[in-house]
Amino acid sequence: MGIRFILMVNKQGQTRLAQYYEYLTLEERRALEGEIVRKCLARTEQQCSFVEHRNYKIVYRRYASLFFLVGVDNEENELAILEFIHLLVETMDRHFGNVCELDVMFHLEKAHFMLEEMVMNGCIVETSKANILSPIQLMDKAS
Amino acid sequence: MNPFSSGTRLRDMIRAIRACKTAAEERAVVRKECAAIRAAISENDQDYRHRNLAKLMFIHMLGYPTHFGQMECLKLIASPGFPEKRIGYLGLMLLLDERQEVLMLVTNSIKQDLSHTNQYIVGLALCALGNICSAEMARDLAPEVERLLQFRDPNIRKKAALCSIRIVKKVPDLAENFINPAASLLKEKHHGVLLTGIQLCTDLCNISAEALEYFRKKCTDGLVKVLKDVANSPYAPEYDVSGIADPFLHIKLLKLLRVLGQGDADASDSMNDILAQVATKTESNKNAGNAILYECVSTIMTIEENGGLRVLAVNILGRFLSSRDNNIRYVALNMLMKAIALDSQAVQRHRATILECVKDSDASIRKRALELVYLLVNESNVKSLTKELIDYLEISDPEFKGDLTAKICSIVEKFSPEKIWYIDQMLKVLPKAGNYVKDEVWHALIVVITNASDLHGYIVRSLYRELQTAGEQETLVRVAVWCIGEYGEMLVGNAGMLNQEDPITVTESDAVDVIETAIKCHSLDLATRAMCLMALLKLSSRFPSCSQRINDTIIHYKESLVLELQQRAIEFNYIIEKHQNIRSALVERMPVLDEATYSGRRAGSVPAAVSTSQGAPLNLPNGVAKPTAAPLVDLLDLSSDEVSAPSSSGGDFLHDLFGVDLPPASSQPGGNHAQKSGTDVLLDLLSIGTPLAQSTSMADMLSSGDENKSPADILDKLGSPSGPPSQASPPVGSSSMMDLLDGFGPVSSVPENNGPTYPSLVAFESSSLRVTFNFSKQPGNPQTTYVEAQFVNKSPNAYSNFVFQAAVPKFLQLHLDPASSNTLPASGNGSITQKLRLKNSQHGKKSLVMRIRIGYKINDKDVLEEGQVNNFPRDL
Repeated sequence: MGIRFILMVNKQGQTRLAQYYEYLTLEERRALEGEIVRKCLARTEQQCSFVEHRNYKIVYRRYASLFFLVGVDNEENELAILEFIHLLVETMDRHFGNVCELDVMFHLEKAHFMLEEMVMNGCIVETSKANILSPIQLMDKAS
Repeated sequence: MNPFSSGTRLRDMIRAIRACKTAAEERAVVRKECAAIRAAISENDQDYRHRNLAKLMFIHMLGYPTHFGQMECLKLIASPGFPEKRIGYLGLMLLLDERQEVLMLVTNSIKQDLSHTNQYIVGLALCALGNICSAEMARDLAPEVERLLQFRDPNIRKKAALCSIRIVKKVPDLAENFINPAASLLKEKHHGVLLTGIQLCTDLCNISAEALEYFRKKCTDGLVKVLKDVANSPYAPEYDVSGIADPFLHIKLLKLLRVLGQGDADASDSMNDILAQVATKTESNKNAGNAILYECVSTIMTIEENGGLRVLAVNILGRFLSSRDNNIRYVALNMLMKAIALDSQAVQRHRATILECVKDSDASIRKRALELVYLLVNESNVKSLTKELIDYLEISDPEFKGDLTAKICSIVEKFSPEKIWYIDQMLKVLPKAGNYVKDEVWHALIVVITNASDLHGYIVRSLYRELQTAGEQETLVRVAVWCIGEYGEMLVGNAGMLNQEDPITVTESDAVDVIETAIKCHSLDLATRAMCLMALLKLSSRFPSCSQRINDTIIHYKESLVLELQQRAIEFNYIIEKHQNIRSALVERMPVLDEATYSGRRAGSVPAAVSTSQGAPLNLPNGVAKPTAAPLVDLLDLSSDEVSAPSSSGGDFLHDLFGVDLPPASSQPGGNHAQKSGTDVLLDLLSIGTPLAQSTSMADMLSSGDENKSPADILDKLGSPSGPPSQASPPVGSSSMMDLLDGFGPVSSVPENNGPTYPSLVAFESSSLRVTFNFSKQPGNPQTTYVEAQFVNKSPNAYSNFVFQAAVPKFLQLHLDPASSNTLPASGNGSITQKLRLKNSQHGKKSLVMRIRIGYKINDKDVLEEGQVNNFPRDL
């Protein structure tokens, strides 16, 4: 419902973060990722950020070398999802400070924690950066 | 330090993987790591557990199987420290899913964690539950989650709300428990809780109607107030996105209002003000603002009618459409498709902009715009729209051409005001994009052409002209060749000239030239060339002066290496040389194809069936004909055992007319069964070279077509049930064919006796009635017996309402066909016949036996006769 999956993929097509909110087997995931990434990476800057794939839509945006792809149901508001992607990037930026692809790679679990605070079961939970980051900051302080 | 020991830190492993240059290297590294991790797991190593799990997650993300780590997750979750728990839960969510049984083991841990004192741990547990719980877990833990909905900490409340959504989805019965708590969540101040509370309410409304009612009554006003507050709220740095306070909350509120207002006038009324305010006051120069406007428009379109608001909405959409941002335009096009259902006038105003969008450089926008245009078409604007679309067809991308062609063709078909316009448009489309035109489309075109008898001359001349310039477009060539074949004399004689035509002189040999060029062209496929041969045959009859030349061409193809062409060539040549007298009768004009039947067939057919109705040539037992046969097909469909028709559910009967599958297996099994408009059906009639079995099956088909249930079937008239099955009475139309059959003496009188014969049996006899059974069997099918029952009235009074019923024991299957009539004339002056089919699953061990019951009315009195038939021949 709502969001089906969130992927972060670099320009070469390697997955840097994958969070699925519906069940797919491993082969299905790889096939899906391959297909979608090919489609999105082939598009130019001027084209719109929404791609229709099978029975759902992909909303994507490129930030430096990372593509953020979010797969959503057909009824979802695409512009809102674009906002959400931006919110995600800003949150990570606030936490890591000038976030880049390597940050996501080496601190994968932190990125996951952040995402978990923001999206649960395909629905957006929290949109305030402070609220999202506070448990993570607490954990960092404790460990 | 050995980089592959389990002591590796996560980042070192990542570095090692990144350093791999090839996939094989990467696999090797991953394998070593997995081995190390597995070793660590079996040793029950505590210290590095969470590190190992982190590594496992990374490996999982790369796409390698990691199920051996699942138990590790459980152990980590059960450990007391927070970091371990954290990683454990994360691993749980990534590596496991609700279908694994391992999940059940976690239930207890989660339950304990839900009551933990540390609220972060409670949050973790809620998160995990909310993401992957299964139905059983949901049921078990629902009460806990309910309690947590009222927890003091807002973070927990918000997570509990989302968790409840999943629970309610998994176990809809529990929905009632959550209605009240959900309603109280709507009064929260904390945005996070509010957001999730609204989400919960929306989902509850979707799942349970009573929840919808409840929320509608109690909460609509409250929600309107909340939206007002949010919209008017001052600058709040935390939730601000580019100047707008918490757009996500706006959007979710609008969505819930949409659900509540849909179908309910009161609720819709209360929302009108706030919707108007949001629609007018929101800034639209930022994406966030546009997102809100989009949602607002969507809501306005869905709730009950309010003229002013609707106008507002359509204006916003118009503004979106002219924006330069592709995203916005895409979204606007999407919305307009829904708006059309409500207010098509308003959308028509934007037609020009939408047409522009069809030509846009962005594929997604093009697609949406095309669909929208398709919805916009009506009788008044169809001509201009089609013109634009066809003009664009020329310059469009190849990937897009297919879609565009399909849409143009269906628009043209649905809305064409007059036949000539339809044909004109198709004549424009075919040369430009003939290769993309689907078969059913050009078949439909042919149907229309045959019906437009006054336009035949015009059509064939236009096609001739087009063919000169665009001879590579497959479909164009097919249609043109067919028409030239059929209406050749009109082409040459300039018959039926319309006012707007320029005169064109075409000699007979020009026409033949054109077809010969087509047949020699190797880029055209087999079906087209086969059609060319057929057209040549027709022309040889219509243009006697070219007959010799045509014959020479055909002789040339007698040596073709392609079976289809060779066969046709041989047979046509035979006709031309030896059967001059019947040639003209053979290639007479096609009868007018019935548009109504055809469009009915098409409407009823499964779209996929059209081109996939081929399959392998099926070897069906005689008499199992296709259930939805079009009358004309059965008539012509003589060698039909292998014809695709049975698998085409209703599909394209014209395509059977152009007889796709080749003549039956006597020549080649599993032969050429690609989609070809191959054998013109008339050909089957002339299967001179094929053995008698072919003709026998032909007669069988005619007669056993009785088994066919379709009442509208011409075949009912054909193989009249009252007569013995072997006699085929003259069919409707195409009398020439039956004459031919008569000409082939042995064929027509071959009775349906292709098996051992059995003596007929008097099954039942009383003073007033005699029932006789005639048997026949199929040669390859000893278990099935076809019985023809004949009823004779021995009394001097006629019987009416005659009904025959039969019952058989379990090892037999009985199938009764309708009787020839239900009135039995007196004193044996006529009889009723009825066919039965008996299948004996114990054939050879038990013989047939049957109980029969006959009911009829004599002099307005009902009579019932019963009996048992025991005297069936033993070996049936």
